[in-house]
Amino acid sequence: MSFPWAKEYTPTTDFGQWMDKQLPLPRFVYNSLGAGYPAPRNLNYMWNFGSMAGLFLVIQIITGIILAMHYAANANIAFDSVEHIMRDVNSGWMIRYAHANGASFFFIAIYLHIGRGLFYGSYKAPREMLWLLGVVIYLLAMATAFMGYVLPWGQMSFWGAKVITGLFEAIPLVGKPIQELLLGGFAPDNAALNRFFSLHYLLPFVIAGVIIMHIWALHIPGSNNPTGVDVKGPQDTVPFHPYYTAKDGWTIGLVLIFFTAMMFFLPNALGHADNYIPANPLSTPAHIVPEWYFWPWYAILRAFTFDFLFIPAKLLGVLAMFSAILVWFFLPWLDKSPVRSGLFRPKFKIFFGILVIDVLVLGYCGGAPAEEPFVMISQLASAYYFAHFLIILPLLSRLEKPEPLPNSITESVTGKPLNTAS
Amino acid sequence: MATVETADTAVAEESGVRRRDFINIAAVSFAGAGAVATVFPLVNQMNPSADVLALASIEVDISAIEAGQAIKTSWRKQPIFIRNLTAEEITEANAVDVAELRDPETLAERTTAGKENWLITLGVCTHLGCVPLGAAQGEIKGEFGGYFCPCHGSHYDTAARIRKGPAPANLEVPEHEFLSDTVVKIG
Repeated sequence: MSFPWAKEYTPTTDFGQWMDKQLPLPRFVYNSLGAGYPAPRNLNYMWNFGSMAGLFLVIQIITGIILAMHYAANANIAFDSVEHIMRDVNSGWMIRYAHANGASFFFIAIYLHIGRGLFYGSYKAPREMLWLLGVVIYLLAMATAFMGYVLPWGQMSFWGAKVITGLFEAIPLVGKPIQELLLGGFAPDNAALNRFFSLHYLLPFVIAGVIIMHIWALHIPGSNNPTGVDVKGPQDTVPFHPYYTAKDGWTIGLVLIFFTAMMFFLPNALGHADNYIPANPLSTPAHIVPEWYFWPWYAILRAFTFDFLFIPAKLLGVLAMFSAILVWFFLPWLDKSPVRSGLFRPKFKIFFGILVIDVLVLGYCGGAPAEEPFVMISQLASAYYFAHFLIILPLLSRLEKPEPLPNSITESVTGKPLNTAS
Repeated sequence: MATVETADTAVAEESGVRRRDFINIAAVSFAGAGAVATVFPLVNQMNPSADVLALASIEVDISAIEAGQAIKTSWRKQPIFIRNLTAEEITEANAVDVAELRDPETLAERTTAGKENWLITLGVCTHLGCVPLGAAQGEIKGEFGGYFCPCHGSHYDTAARIRKGPAPANLEVPEHEFLSDTVVKIG
């Protein structure tokens, strides 16, 4: 793990030495987040979103544990217990709004983190496993967020649960039994609510476990960097502490300002008013959409309005939606270009920009009503999305002529050849 | 950068404190203060919520309680004993030498002036929280004619004062107020 020039942990106090012999936890922290972990000296602000996502996971776990102290996972009283949190519990409104908006901020951080990986080729060798674990974290986070959204047992909760479990109904032959198995009934009710609560409490800790593996996998090759060029020597790195602890701390302070502004002044801006109506199995809200962070995938789901060969439209939409994320698992082997960073890939740079716009368009369509022109736009955007990963990336890696890479990180930073830079 | 470093070094030579030390301490202190301010509501949420506090006082109609009788009612999810003392019980309670009691209190201190016959206490033994016997008809009243806690054998007298057994204090008298001759507000 880490580079040979990493600073060695040397406890100075007697207690430190005693501790280091018995449980070298301080050594572990020193080597993973402290001065004993050298990181590339040229990391830009796009490298700050991993720690930010971690911060929001911690905020979600803390506020979530608190909410669970006051929430009742019972279909008869769940909605009222949430109102009890909002009105009666000391600062309950604040803790609930922190939790609700914290989910959005977690996804903002995660999306920027994924985007960073896509642009700078962080998924390429030797970091494939790091990337795969990241995709797993993202999938787990989506499942957790979905189940959490069901818990207030409002109209959007109920119909969200119905629609999402309805996806499984599209599976041929066994679809209906699987949906009934997931719900513990024929429609969302007490059984579903209880198991969603149980899993919503469990999964964040599973995510935390996968994050530990994610960081472990990161620390073996070390961080990628904006040039994508490997670290060649001590002159290319700085100790993680204080350089990146301070830099991460700065963006964490900044994002907390936005987070609290959202919590206090726009707490429901990202929510749906319909979710303040208690769940009613007899009436679907007129405009039902998931939370914003699911919109691109939701647009892909709804883009399939036609049967193809023997596959019904419903199944096609579900397959496409899951494939849109599962394709990421194959990304390290679809993009075979040996150049990691998009900075030195003139054509990739353009297509990456188009992909970002494409996903934003999908997102917009996913939040819009299921009518024209959004259906048509979703279909085109979905087609492009898959084309990017399955056609453009493999072709680009063969056809594109990358720009010359700098000889080293230090050279790219100082503009001087390696031997003259200290 | 070079000039800044030089300036810092110059300051450091004079006072031993660099500007960066100050920024570091200021930033970490600010974050620390923020963390403490955040922890407060996260802990305070465990205090009784508004709906619990809303039930914190009750009004009880005591018109049907004859002398020598007692009723049990519930206040803040805890039992309350309301006892209409007989003249003999009052005499008995006043005859005790207060100085010899484990928790010295007179009957007058434990009741409302002019309504000394109404003894209102929590039905919670001050030892480990069991409900003492003696309020309902036919229950053992203990050696001193008041209450007896069967869990660990604490005996209370007719003013519900601890007289024998492990309990450290008299049965607690909750804050109460007579709204009329027949209605008492507890809490």
